[in-house]
Amino acid sequence: MKNNDLFKYTLQLADDVMILGHRLSEWTGHGPVLEQDIALSNIALDLIGEARNLYQYAAKQEGNGKTEDDYPYKRDVLQWTNALIVEQKNGDFAQTIVRQFLFDCYHYYHLEALSKSTDEQMAFIGAKSVKEARYHLQYSAEWMVRLGDGTEESHARMQQAIEDKMHYFEELFIPTAAESRLVESGVAVDLAPIRVKAYAKLNEVIKESTLKLPEDIYTQQGGRNGVHTEHFGYILAELQYMQKSYPNMQW
Amino acid sequence: MNKNLPLYEIFIRSKNGLHHKHVGSLHASDPQMAIMNARDVYTRRQEGISIWVIESKDITASNPEDSDAFYAPAEDKVYRHPTFYDLPDEVKHM
Amino acid sequence: MELSLEQKFQEKIDRDERIEPRDWMPDSYRKTLVRQISQHAHSELVGMLPEGNWISRAPSLRRKLGLMAKVQDEAGHGLYLYSAAETLGVERDTMFDQLHSGKAKYSSIFNYPTLTWADIGAIGWLVDGAAIMNQVPLCRCSYGPYARAMVRVCKEESFHQRQGFEIMLTLCQGTPEQKAMAQDALNRWWWPSLMMFGPNDAESPNTKQSMAWNIKRFSNDELRQRFVDMTVPQAELLGIKIPDPDLKLNEETGNYHFGAINWDEFWQVVKGHGPCNKDRLAARVKAHEEGAWVREAAMAYAEKQENRLNKAKTA
Repeated sequence: MKNNDLFKYTLQLADDVMILGHRLSEWTGHGPVLEQDIALSNIALDLIGEARNLYQYAAKQEGNGKTEDDYPYKRDVLQWTNALIVEQKNGDFAQTIVRQFLFDCYHYYHLEALSKSTDEQMAFIGAKSVKEARYHLQYSAEWMVRLGDGTEESHARMQQAIEDKMHYFEELFIPTAAESRLVESGVAVDLAPIRVKAYAKLNEVIKESTLKLPEDIYTQQGGRNGVHTEHFGYILAELQYMQKSYPNMQW
Repeated sequence: MNKNLPLYEIFIRSKNGLHHKHVGSLHASDPQMAIMNARDVYTRRQEGISIWVIESKDITASNPEDSDAFYAPAEDKVYRHPTFYDLPDEVKHM
Repeated sequence: MELSLEQKFQEKIDRDERIEPRDWMPDSYRKTLVRQISQHAHSELVGMLPEGNWISRAPSLRRKLGLMAKVQDEAGHGLYLYSAAETLGVERDTMFDQLHSGKAKYSSIFNYPTLTWADIGAIGWLVDGAAIMNQVPLCRCSYGPYARAMVRVCKEESFHQRQGFEIMLTLCQGTPEQKAMAQDALNRWWWPSLMMFGPNDAESPNTKQSMAWNIKRFSNDELRQRFVDMTVPQAELLGIKIPDPDLKLNEETGNYHFGAINWDEFWQVVKGHGPCNKDRLAARVKAHEEGAWVREAAMAYAEKQENRLNKAKTA
């Protein structure tokens, strides 16, 4: 019988990386520099690959012939539990880098801890993905500094992006009820120490970037309960286009 | 300001025990970015475990017009090769 | 008698030796290569767009990853090719300018729209199939950097055609609706794929010189014939029909005779009147222009860092 908490937790982790990977893949073919086009696609591939591992695990828990594709392709908006930050539009390269960096600050330390989960499969997925996330964090942190401390224009764009995105950062560290219950058994990651590490990294890189964190941050949240931003429906419209047009076919 | 990012030459060691080998070039604003780019561009299929980068303009190359003077004189130095020396068949491995 | 530089060069070519960047070469050889390699690079770059159009709508996670990896490879291949062209003394940005101004050409096939998921299958199967047919001989091209780039490209590209064929096969083994989708894609992509090999030999004035220089190893018509001969049995295996009433096996030669190509359409698309020419170029120009501040910032930061480093050294 499936453990509902673990199942929800698995989907929540999967949804984060699925949607961010989907967003990043929108850059493929449109990057600001050919080399960065390739780099962003690499990150997108990593993230969707991680999502795939997690969805496969969810399908295994649920049984009933479920597959990895049932979750991304057949759930409607209210059933998705990703954090709001990952569904934000790509915007310019500054917005994309800031969104990526904020997520990486959470993701890397989170995976590092997840690799020590008492749940064997979670630990396996964590250990596999943490290597990728470490590279992502290095990549996005370097670009934070380069663009923050680059030209006047790049600095202004980055500062704007920080102002726009910081409202979504804190949600990553708010555990759901299911998550909190799983922390006790060592299955889920305790977010409190992750938050400390993530903020330390954030502050270090912000300082080096010559950027400033906004003083008044109001945390937007809701994604974990299925209450998303208006962008989300359009993501699903594209992502699920084939399933909606031709239900239950093999491609 | 020059709008072009400088060109870097990329060298990859495919595994320990082998030399770094020239694989191509790419553009980057600094050596650190060149390393990151090289990782993304030239090692997507596990082609390498170590990367060297150098800005193309910093490479000094020999002149192809000198090739006769440089390389032809080695042609008749047959005494540098083991087959130049006659040994009896009984000495099997030397 | 002392041989001229040009004669020495041709002798080297005739011995099937490679030419390297710093070797002497006739101006016309350099120009031909720059034109061909940059066109090839542009084709990879623009070629990302019709397929990229389906990344966000790919029907499963497996397909999404496969397609994204493929489109990303095309960016990589464009990069290898720009690198090869740069060894001839032309900068990537100059080549971009030529693409963006419409002065440089790219493969016309990418000016056709991808309308259904089957188009992704058809492109992989036919367009990549044709590209591989063109590219394999280029691995032995006389210009070293181009040949080496092509070795890399061909090695990486071997999965692209298989991916396309697998998509087609899935559709052809699926519902009647899916099979009809596959047939429709074949109908739309077949003739443009044949056009990818370029004009008939009689209309291709540069072929002779390119072959004398070992840049080209086979003529357009030879490669086109090989492609048809390879592809027809594959279509039979899929159970879909090639849209050519004149297609017929010549028992004697073992080659397929095929119908006349609509060259008027070909030249119209080359001139910029294809269904997607404007969109494709606009997308490339937009990416480049919107990336300008990123490139400037990166250079500014690199300069600052260098100054700081020098200051620290002298302090």
